[in-house]
Amino acid sequence: MAKYLLLKHYRGAPAPVNNVPMDQWTPDEVEAHIKFMNDFAGRLESSGEFIDGQALSPDGAWVRYDGEGRPPVTDGPFAETKDLIAGWMIIDVDSYERAVELAGELSAAPGANGEPIHEWLEVRPFLGAPSNFTH
Amino acid sequence: MNAVELRELVPRALSVLVRRGADFATAEDAVQEALIRALAAWDDELPADPTGWLITVAWRAFLDMTRSDAARRDREVRFDTDPPADAIPNADDTLRLYFLCAHPDLTSSSAVALTLRAVGGLTTRQIAQAYLVPEATMAQRISRAKRVVAQAGVDRPGDTRTVMRVLYLVFNEGYSGDVDLAAEAIRLTRQLAALADDAEVHGLLALMLLHHARRASRTRTDGSIVPLADQDRGLWDTELIAEGVDIAHAALARDQLGEYQAQAAIAALHADAPRVEETDWVQIVEWYDELLRFADTPIVRLNRAVAVGEADGAPAGLAALAQVDERVPRHEAVAAYLHEKNGDLELAARLYAAAARNAPNLAERDHQTRQAARLNQHLQQHRT
Repeated sequence: MAKYLLLKHYRGAPAPVNNVPMDQWTPDEVEAHIKFMNDFAGRLESSGEFIDGQALSPDGAWVRYDGEGRPPVTDGPFAETKDLIAGWMIIDVDSYERAVELAGELSAAPGANGEPIHEWLEVRPFLGAPSNFTH
Repeated sequence: MNAVELRELVPRALSVLVRRGADFATAEDAVQEALIRALAAWDDELPADPTGWLITVAWRAFLDMTRSDAARRDREVRFDTDPPADAIPNADDTLRLYFLCAHPDLTSSSAVALTLRAVGGLTTRQIAQAYLVPEATMAQRISRAKRVVAQAGVDRPGDTRTVMRVLYLVFNEGYSGDVDLAAEAIRLTRQLAALADDAEVHGLLALMLLHHARRASRTRTDGSIVPLADQDRGLWDTELIAEGVDIAHAALARDQLGEYQAQAAIAALHADAPRVEETDWVQIVEWYDELLRFADTPIVRLNRAVAVGEADGAPAGLAALAQVDERVPRHEAVAAYLHEKNGDLELAARLYAAAARNAPNLAERDHQTRQAARLNQHLQQHRT
């Protein structure tokens, strides 16, 4: 088994095919989308592949150490930041192929006109613990 | 005896051990140990005196813990090995436990965790599940909290006010797991109300009961939010409402008004309306004005603006909203609602979309997105 992070972006991913902001969808389309997302997580839970899923607020700040005895420096949020993560799902699956398959299914979530959004999702393998057979 | 009844005995046993001279941290561990043994042993046969049984077993566990500690330190200990003679729990000691667990030196998350364990009798695992944190993390949080209380606590514990804040948080932030934290908060507030003669504690209890009564109507089965105006009032628990209203009335009659009683009064006025159209918004605004005297916060002012909008019309609500700090969470949501009520649908739709972007949780984000979509669909149909 290997863990993968499926990352969803507010900004920074290539534009999806069906690129209409959600508040411009009809209420039924919004409903169908929310149901799809809930069902997807539920399906992964029952298949034993779901670890965690969280959504992030678009707010936030950059923070760095500013030297002994000083408070940390905070800055932002920056409108020009290219990459803004919206949320993630962590899955534990048998293979990279399975991770890609699931990300593909998630990307098919319905949007405007009930058509799949074709949203680009980032699939990132976890660096796992060293295995016992290799040393 | 069910698990909840058993947990009722926990603070009493703990307070006896502490009164007996046991240090708080070890005594608390000992009572947990006794609780776990009770859960196993009492399945077969309930002892004649459950409280006495729990105290005796906890006391022995405390002695074992102290002895093995002492053995490690290679030191002599002298403790009376008999069960404490003064094993009768008393209300003041139990109340003092509440104060210790809500000690002002504790962070709120620590005070919440310690209260749920030492007063509520929940296990670390249950508390961890309820707050969606790993059990090891919760165990650390609790043992750190106990160290803080042991060092700083005994001389200047918290007071009823800090305890109420902790219970308010438990009620408000219950998430999941096998323990119903809202019900647990009500149970503990009931106990506190019996121990402390304070109109505000009764106000808090009434407030919790009145909100709890509406729980079944607040969300749909898929977790989506149902706003107050759209709730099926047939799902409201009329018994809880009646109890909450009675407690609120009795507290208010004592003429020691405070913020929880004012909030309870507002909740009672909502609960009182058989249909949303029959809500007495004028009185609700008056209670918000009272509430402002005790808690002049942007959140109270924001909620007041909604009530003003219902009582005196959308323009008055918008005027009240103009006085509220725009950075307060849900400002856009309230602005959207009032502008929609005022007939400015284009602006309302934009504000609902902004409210969705800035929503503090997914359920609210989905709700505001639905509102924006509903208005945009309406606008589109009327343009063509």
